[in-house]
Amino acid sequence: MMLFRLLFRNAFRNRLRSGLTILGVAVAILAFGLLRTLIGAWYAGVEASSATRLVTRNAISLIFPLPFSYKEKIRQVSGVQTVSWGNWFGGIYIDEKNFFANFAVDPETYLGLYPEYTLSPEEKAAFFRDRKGFVAGRKLAEKYRWRPGDTVTLKGTIFPGNWDFVLRGIYRGRDESVDETQFIFQWDYLNETLKKAAPGRADQVGFYMVGVNRPEVAGEVAAAIDRMFRNSMAETLTETEKAFQLGFIAMTGAIVVAIQIVSFVVIIIILAVVANTMAMTTRERFGEYAVLKTLGFRARHLAALILGESLVITLSGCALGIALTYPAAALIKTKLGTYFPIFNISANTLYLDLAAALLVGVAAALIPLQRAMGIRIAEGLRRIA
Amino acid sequence: MGNEERPSAPPMVSIRDVSKSYRRGSRPVPVLEDISFDIAEGEFLALMGPSGSGKSTLLNLIAGIDTVDSGTILVGGLDISALEEAELARWRATHVGFIFQFYNLIPVLTAYENIELPLYLTSLSRKERQEHVEMALRVVNLSDRSDHYPRQLSGGEQQRVAIARAVITDPVVLVADEPTGDLDRHSAEEILNLMERLNEESGKTIIMVTHDPRAAERAGIILHLEKGTLTNDALSSPL
Amino acid sequence: MALPLGYTLRNLWTRRLTTALTISGMALVVFVFAAILMLAEGLQTTLVETGVFDNVVAIRKGSVSEVQSGVPRDQAAILETEREIALGPDGRPLFAKELVVLVTLPKRVSGDPGNVVLRGIGPSSLPLRPQVKLMAGRLPRPGSLEMMAGSGIAKRFQGGGLNESLCCGMRNWRIVGVFDAGNRGYSSEIWGDADQLMAAFRRPAYSSAIFRLRNPGAFESIRERLEGDPRLTVEVKRETKYYADQSEMMAKFLRIVGLTLTLVFSLGAMIGAMITMYAAVANRTGEIGTLRALGFQRRSILLAFLMESLLLGLLGGLVGLFLASFLQLITVSTMNFQTFSELAFSFSLTPQIVTASLLFALTMGFVGGVLPALRAARMQIVDALRTG
Repeated sequence: MMLFRLLFRNAFRNRLRSGLTILGVAVAILAFGLLRTLIGAWYAGVEASSATRLVTRNAISLIFPLPFSYKEKIRQVSGVQTVSWGNWFGGIYIDEKNFFANFAVDPETYLGLYPEYTLSPEEKAAFFRDRKGFVAGRKLAEKYRWRPGDTVTLKGTIFPGNWDFVLRGIYRGRDESVDETQFIFQWDYLNETLKKAAPGRADQVGFYMVGVNRPEVAGEVAAAIDRMFRNSMAETLTETEKAFQLGFIAMTGAIVVAIQIVSFVVIIIILAVVANTMAMTTRERFGEYAVLKTLGFRARHLAALILGESLVITLSGCALGIALTYPAAALIKTKLGTYFPIFNISANTLYLDLAAALLVGVAAALIPLQRAMGIRIAEGLRRIA
Repeated sequence: MGNEERPSAPPMVSIRDVSKSYRRGSRPVPVLEDISFDIAEGEFLALMGPSGSGKSTLLNLIAGIDTVDSGTILVGGLDISALEEAELARWRATHVGFIFQFYNLIPVLTAYENIELPLYLTSLSRKERQEHVEMALRVVNLSDRSDHYPRQLSGGEQQRVAIARAVITDPVVLVADEPTGDLDRHSAEEILNLMERLNEESGKTIIMVTHDPRAAERAGIILHLEKGTLTNDALSSPL
Repeated sequence: MALPLGYTLRNLWTRRLTTALTISGMALVVFVFAAILMLAEGLQTTLVETGVFDNVVAIRKGSVSEVQSGVPRDQAAILETEREIALGPDGRPLFAKELVVLVTLPKRVSGDPGNVVLRGIGPSSLPLRPQVKLMAGRLPRPGSLEMMAGSGIAKRFQGGGLNESLCCGMRNWRIVGVFDAGNRGYSSEIWGDADQLMAAFRRPAYSSAIFRLRNPGAFESIRERLEGDPRLTVEVKRETKYYADQSEMMAKFLRIVGLTLTLVFSLGAMIGAMITMYAAVANRTGEIGTLRALGFQRRSILLAFLMESLLLGLLGGLVGLFLASFLQLITVSTMNFQTFSELAFSFSLTPQIVTASLLFALTMGFVGGVLPALRAARMQIVDALRTG
């Protein structure tokens, strides 16, 4: 309709100004989208949690181990289907910059609990057979170009010394939310080595991974396990995997909050910019709006023009910003992939982007709208002359 | 009628074979073609002609805010067509006074400050500037409105401020482009009276472009321009 | 020859809404910029000041911090015999064997868990750390289950306050004193008897040994000797460097993420400034022609417009800094990635940060304004007069 054509052409009348404003909006949407994705990455562990997996660890803190003897007792709790165990190894690959998660686990039970880590049967068999074998996620293996059969050395920090491992399999995640940057090796290798070198530290487990047969019994099973070990040398704390991950996030809660605040600051900044543009534009068009009124256009038509122009700019900027977000996220994934194993742009983020653009478009038009609707024809016409 | 007595002093403005054209798209459009004439010191000259005849262009060239394609312009003996831009700017500051149709006052400066503005291009002290401005205000009879902003002044008052600004550096030439174009009859009279006084009492050379026959009447000499050249009955002076 | 400053100021004032909006955008960006620098600064101040230059920390080779480290009793004994250790006022060597364990305690306000350091200390621990002062209550008796808590812990964690108690390792630990360590990391720790802690948490080894050098310059030679001794598996650092290293990862993270963000934001603010200035030039085209006609040079025009956008930047910078200075009232409490333990620090505003922020603001103003100012300066007089 005519109004639409008019507002569209008006929006690009001053190409430089509109172009700059759209660019500004695009930058803001890009920043906003990346920040929200960053927050999503923080919570990635939570998203990937399973409702049928529990984590049992020392009640005092994660740093303290649990006796290996607990394994049998936990297995006997009703509702428990699988028990696996492991230790956070914290080894360094070449130097501290190459950070990735590395664990010693019981291979068969652990992989059984994590069906989302897909491996071919041959790879699994090779891993189970080789005590020094390890399995790595696809992204991790690609980053360091490891191929099956390669020997990789980790420098231990918690368990000192240089530890050699042989790559036996590369797992793929079943879907996008699975972490493909983990390094998993045999708990027996760790334990046997400790028995010889530091026997006081052997037969100790960092955490137990407990699989229950139905999500509904998770709470009961957790309580039962903890009850069993109360008042012992090493009291346990059993939580669902999700609660466990949330606990981590809570510890760096301040940072997450800060990032959330900052993401909204971005929007406010760009609101100022777009509002500025709309204010200037409206002021310059005063005379024209007066002419439109003499032609018979009503206040609501003016409102539509101004609002429409504002939205055309913000939505164009939004589209551009979203388009730029994908390559930017891909870049971050390659550079910081192991710090943020999951860095995916969710549909939620896109909705938020759109909402932000709409909000800014409307808010920026408010004051100009008010001014324009109050124009008296004679005054406006005088402004043209 | 015919040639009047030319004073034996050298002309204030000397235009020799001046041509100027503008580019509209890819083809150049000639605006002035081989114009030559002189303006004596102390003349009050009116340039008239239909729109598009090049009279404003000619005025701009004499004032030094545009450059010729060919030919020379001498003002006060100086070949301004040979000057570089920076030198031209310096020359304009002390040799030319401008009066525009739409006054062209700086809206954020008061009347006083607008008049004072050209003096910033000189090395006068603040006190000296003040003296000059106050005198200029007296000449145009606006001493009591000196602290008003342009939007608080009528059209005629604004043009008077503009004239004060134009004469403050005691320029050798005043150029006026349709000075009465935006004024009502009463204000136009005032302005023309003022310009006449400046010409007769202070001997200012004034070159004025105008459509208005009443304005042209006040001039000593009228030149007609048509399609970039002076027409044959160019030199005519009212009796 | 230049246009008066009043011209610039009044032009900014005339279009107040636009000026205010542009300044707000810049102020926000400068706020974020300053906040990030202040945060990183506060973090490093906290950790760096924690150490004493003359003190030396010995931890197991390859461990990043005390948390992962283990110094067996026999090695601790060997270290204690070092000749270079300074003597305390009582004639005993200033040498402490300490144990660090991390426990999870709930925060008071949110109930969220935090990893808190329990440090088992020896008799020389306090003299080794003159920055630590008892603030309330009394010192715990050696060999008992009494503990004293850092002021940060007492304030923010349940069970950490005076006369409260913690329950872990199957013991009941009573807080009998609260100590003040200023901004340093110790404020986030609870101190008790090392041997009691070792027994309760079944630790076979200490975490670290700390001692003061008799001759501070002798550090290098001592380091070579101890790290080369085949009986020992320790690495040795000056206490100041030890703590500085611990903040490295977090400070780097903050700086990289923060500065990247600020860069992106500054793009937005500069675009805002550019739009404002282009509009100013467009609206004053006639004015520019008039000024040039009057004899003002191109460079005066350029400077006048550039001055306007620099002023916008400066004002934005001042507002942003003003707001940022209030951040100094806030304390941030989070987990240090490197040591896995609780860390509290605050925002610290230094003169360097003020200078950097203002320079940043001026740069934004400059970049935003330079193209429009060039456009204003490059205009042809007759075109400008015609349009205006």
